[in-house]
Amino acid sequence: MIGFLHDNLSYFLSGISVGGQYALIAIGYTMVYGILRLINFAHGDVFMAAGLVMVYLSSSLPFTISIPLVIIITVALGFLIERIAYKPLRSAPRMSVMISAIGVSYLLQNAALYFTGGLAKVYPSIPFLSDSIVIWDATTRMVTIITPFLTIILVVLLTLLIKHTKIGMAMRAVSRDFETSQLMGIKINNVISITFMIGSLLAAVASLLYFTNYASVTPTSGSMPGLKAFVAAVFGGIGSIPGAVIGGFIIGICENIIKGGASIFGIPGTGWTTFSDAFTFAFLIVILVVKPTGLFGEKSVDKV
Amino acid sequence: MDKAKKRKLALTWTCIAALYLVILILELTMRPTSILFTVLKKGAIYSLVAVSMNLLNGFTGLFSLGQAGFMLIGAYTYAILTMPSEVKTSQSVYKYYQCFITFDTGVFIGLLAAGLMAALFAFLIGLPVLRLKSDYLAIATLGFAEIVRAVFQWDVLGPVTNGANLLRSYIDLTRVTIPFTDIPFPPTLFVFIAAGVCILLIVLLINSSYGRAFKAIRDDETAAEAMGINLFRHKELSFVISSFFAGISGALLAMFQYTVQAQQFKSMMTYEILLIVVIGGIGSISGSCIASFLYITLSEWWLRGLDMGTFLGINAPGLFRSGFRKLVFSIIIMIIVLFFSRGIMGDKELSFTRIKAFFQRKGKNRKEVKA
Repeated sequence: MIGFLHDNLSYFLSGISVGGQYALIAIGYTMVYGILRLINFAHGDVFMAAGLVMVYLSSSLPFTISIPLVIIITVALGFLIERIAYKPLRSAPRMSVMISAIGVSYLLQNAALYFTGGLAKVYPSIPFLSDSIVIWDATTRMVTIITPFLTIILVVLLTLLIKHTKIGMAMRAVSRDFETSQLMGIKINNVISITFMIGSLLAAVASLLYFTNYASVTPTSGSMPGLKAFVAAVFGGIGSIPGAVIGGFIIGICENIIKGGASIFGIPGTGWTTFSDAFTFAFLIVILVVKPTGLFGEKSVDKV
Repeated sequence: MDKAKKRKLALTWTCIAALYLVILILELTMRPTSILFTVLKKGAIYSLVAVSMNLLNGFTGLFSLGQAGFMLIGAYTYAILTMPSEVKTSQSVYKYYQCFITFDTGVFIGLLAAGLMAALFAFLIGLPVLRLKSDYLAIATLGFAEIVRAVFQWDVLGPVTNGANLLRSYIDLTRVTIPFTDIPFPPTLFVFIAAGVCILLIVLLINSSYGRAFKAIRDDETAAEAMGINLFRHKELSFVISSFFAGISGALLAMFQYTVQAQQFKSMMTYEILLIVVIGGIGSISGSCIASFLYITLSEWWLRGLDMGTFLGINAPGLFRSGFRKLVFSIIIMIIVLFFSRGIMGDKELSFTRIKAFFQRKGKNRKEVKA
């Protein structure tokens, strides 16, 4: 058993680290869904955009300036997307808002394609985060170790914000009942903007961690992690923050266990990596059918 | 049927016949490499898939994002079935695998099988997935399309799908012949006939009692159920039929492209088709067709200059470089989504009365301006 753990440690480690990154992205999905009942398809692309902004900024600025700047720009991007693409459709049917989200995703990917010229951009190696470290004979990067802790710290801070501040209370009220909270004098537009900004902030942090591991950014490199993080959010029960975090870790770990299938299960083959993607979505369909509310989701009743 | 209606129907059919005749004449007279034919062919293929998506999203109210997956199934089924058996056994396409399927079929059977295979998958996936509500359905079908894409590239299935390598040397558009002869079929006309027949079938379906049931489900599920419509059966029916035609359009796309590879059928493709449907108007068949041709003409032909350095005589290679066309395009799409959410046609169909009314109104406006 110990020997088995020792041999496959690198898969488990990267599973935990990717899981933490998925968790951070998943929070953005779950908060927006909780409030607007909207799958923000553009969220994965915001994550990708944060990666690209980092590539461009770090080429001319030191990391102490470029990292905060990346976070600020991503937050501004999230705010702008909400104001321009979702706010005008607040009273429109849910389907048109979702279409608008898909349109934004399409726009961001095409913009990235234009600015990068379709080439994969090399992500800068951030000092300390990308340093190599050897744990129990498994070589990995510092970021692998930091991600789970950073994720947990950010989630605790977010939970405190939601439980104990005025804006957090407003968020909970809006997600419970959109119209009534408006009548109670809550400025829902501000609440929604802040939700998007928090989501984008976490996506920016996740992109710093994720791309340090993967070393390059392409216009489509946001869509897969985005979709997987969404699966994580659904698994945890959409609208629930602890659910999204647990879902993120479980998806990340399962995916990496399957990626290491050749050595973990002892079945040789090169298809394990493609299969791990298929697993995530098969998992999604199974959850949706067996328990659509997820682990911690609340059951919603349709009103006629 | 009253006389006026009959006359209108006859007029519509005459127009369609004239359109096909024009295409035949164009194909016989112009050189076949002209960009016009590329646009027409691709536009017709996209029309079919957009209409099939519209059947689901616009007429049944099921927000499904699995279209690329079903196209992939159709394209692969067609390519594998129609590839001549001597190509399969030689090493030219299946380099790393021993091809498992040793027979080959004709174009018609290939197209039909492509549709049926997509429909079969749709039936199986529809059983669990169609019980879900709007956005969960969207994400589940999107996930399904991703699973299909991953599974078709899986090396264990290599003897059938050739793994992640591309498929070619099957019967593409240039190799289609007129039945029982060796005369090549005019390719654009072939695509138009195939897509046209399929779209006609969808129109007939929508105007049947099933179509009315679909619309009832779209407008109010609870009310439709109370009226005695079996919700699940009708949703499944719509899903299977839509996927059948998506499969055929995938096969046509494979014929058009000469090669096919699973990698191409990403979720981006589904998004593109969805945006075409939105531009045309959700719930309008003619709108979807117009939007498809418009979209393809703009992206393949008229806006080409945005990528090549010169557009409308303005030469700015710094600005107009690769990818600018798609950027401009997506901005236009966002403007349509935000400000003209009804699209070109709304949920109405193109008809002569509407065209006449449109011009009359325009004329009236002009007169008023003069006065």
